[in-house]
Amino acid sequence: MKYLCLVYLDEQHPHGIDDRECKACSDGLHEGGHLVAAEALQSVHTATTVRVRNGKLAVTDGPFAETKEQLAGFYLVEARDLNEAIQLAARIPPARVGSVEVRPVRDLVV
Amino acid sequence: MSPDNTDDVNAATSAIYRAESRRVFATLVRLLGDFDLAEEALHDAFRAALEQWPRDGIPANPRAWLVSAGRFKAIDAIRRHARFDSIEEHVDRVEAIPDESVPPDAEAIEDDRLRLIFTCCHPALGADAQVALTLREVCGLTTEQIAQAFLSTAPTLAQRIVRAKAKIRDARIPYQVPEPQQLAERLESVLRVIYLVFNEGYSASSGESLTRVDLSAEAIRLGRLLVALLPAPEAIGLLALMLLQESRRAARTSPTGALVLLEDQDRTQWNRDLIAEGSALVERALATRQAGPYALQAALAAVHANAATTADTDWAEIVGLYDVLLRIAPSPVVELNRAVAVAMRDGPAAGLALVDAILGRGDLADYHLAHAARADLCRRLGHMAQARISYERALALARQAPERDFLTRRLAALAG
Repeated sequence: MKYLCLVYLDEQHPHGIDDRECKACSDGLHEGGHLVAAEALQSVHTATTVRVRNGKLAVTDGPFAETKEQLAGFYLVEARDLNEAIQLAARIPPARVGSVEVRPVRDLVV
Repeated sequence: MSPDNTDDVNAATSAIYRAESRRVFATLVRLLGDFDLAEEALHDAFRAALEQWPRDGIPANPRAWLVSAGRFKAIDAIRRHARFDSIEEHVDRVEAIPDESVPPDAEAIEDDRLRLIFTCCHPALGADAQVALTLREVCGLTTEQIAQAFLSTAPTLAQRIVRAKAKIRDARIPYQVPEPQQLAERLESVLRVIYLVFNEGYSASSGESLTRVDLSAEAIRLGRLLVALLPAPEAIGLLALMLLQESRRAARTSPTGALVLLEDQDRTQWNRDLIAEGSALVERALATRQAGPYALQAALAAVHANAATTADTDWAEIVGLYDVLLRIAPSPVVELNRAVAVAMRDGPAAGLALVDAILGRGDLADYHLAHAARADLCRRLGHMAQARISYERALALARQAPERDFLTRRLAALAG
């Protein structure tokens, strides 16, 4: 069984957790054979929400913020830039009925 | 070189700055991959020009000279910072800067301007940020000028621009003109930004301070630039629409700032040059047979602009254009405008039936102009009690002072 562990943090307040500690955590999970993938994300200011309605692509600034829809899955994709990432996100079937939030991954500062 | 010559060179450099600085900036953003670095490089390049040109003369191709100087200045700046930060990172940055020893040709530079427009109007940026960034980076307005124009504060505007640039960098929004299959969608976003800027300037008709930039003029300049770079039917349509609306600016408010309806405007005050230019662009857009909502709205404005009086207006043509507009971009507001045109063509009773049908569906129940239109049709039919009810409803919903004053005057006229 695979489990997705989602990390939530208040960006407005310093949380005091060092990237090196996060790196050590994922290294430990990896050594234990538990890690499938782990990435840190860029700030929420970099978020873009993608929807497809009636075949038409709709791109908006900002994170997905509806409360009636819940997180249903994820795709970690490799793209040249945000334009390509948006085109890939638009191909994810639930983009037609729900929303896909596109967030760039960031490198840990270690 | 004599002092007179120095003055001449300085005057010429200022003229080159006004004409070329945003072009040079657009190319530097592509070469350096960073808005802030490009802005700094642009200023360093002009500072170098002010030192060297009075001594050496103005180069044959000032634009290429400035791009090249800006590129070298940026590399210097990166190397200077490298003494304090990690050397490797800065070596990578310098090596990533393309060598422009061959001056870019005119077409490549124009492409850079289009890249800049599409990047500033990228839909992954917030609508407010797109407007602020376009005025700052494409038009070259200062943050203070943009803040004044939008009655906002400079720190608010500055923060919006800083965040937008951070998103471009961190989410990696590419500096490019969209691929053909995405061009139509992305162009919509550019056109919306330009029209927003225009309307902001057009609706703020009176009471503005002398220092407030003329946003409508800025939007028209942007519209002209876009048509020159990318003559798509809707880009042409938007420019036509703005010119035709601008042609009525002097007539649409009274000396006291009150709103004057189209039918009551003094048509001798309309700007004939703008009407001629706008009408020619409408023809050009319609001839492509790909006219969209902007071109059709421009076509409607052109029919009004070319009529000597309200009665002389070709109302059948207006209704026909609204029919096409409703087909490609259905909206209750367009339907309402069509109903008013039908009233002019077939009489107020025909128009009232359509307005009542729209209101009956509940679509425009909170839209003051729907009630004002209904009131006007009732008044023309002599149904004064009904007219009063609708004017009062419109007044309860209207927010802007000139519109409220207008409705109050209409109500008073009913009593008299």
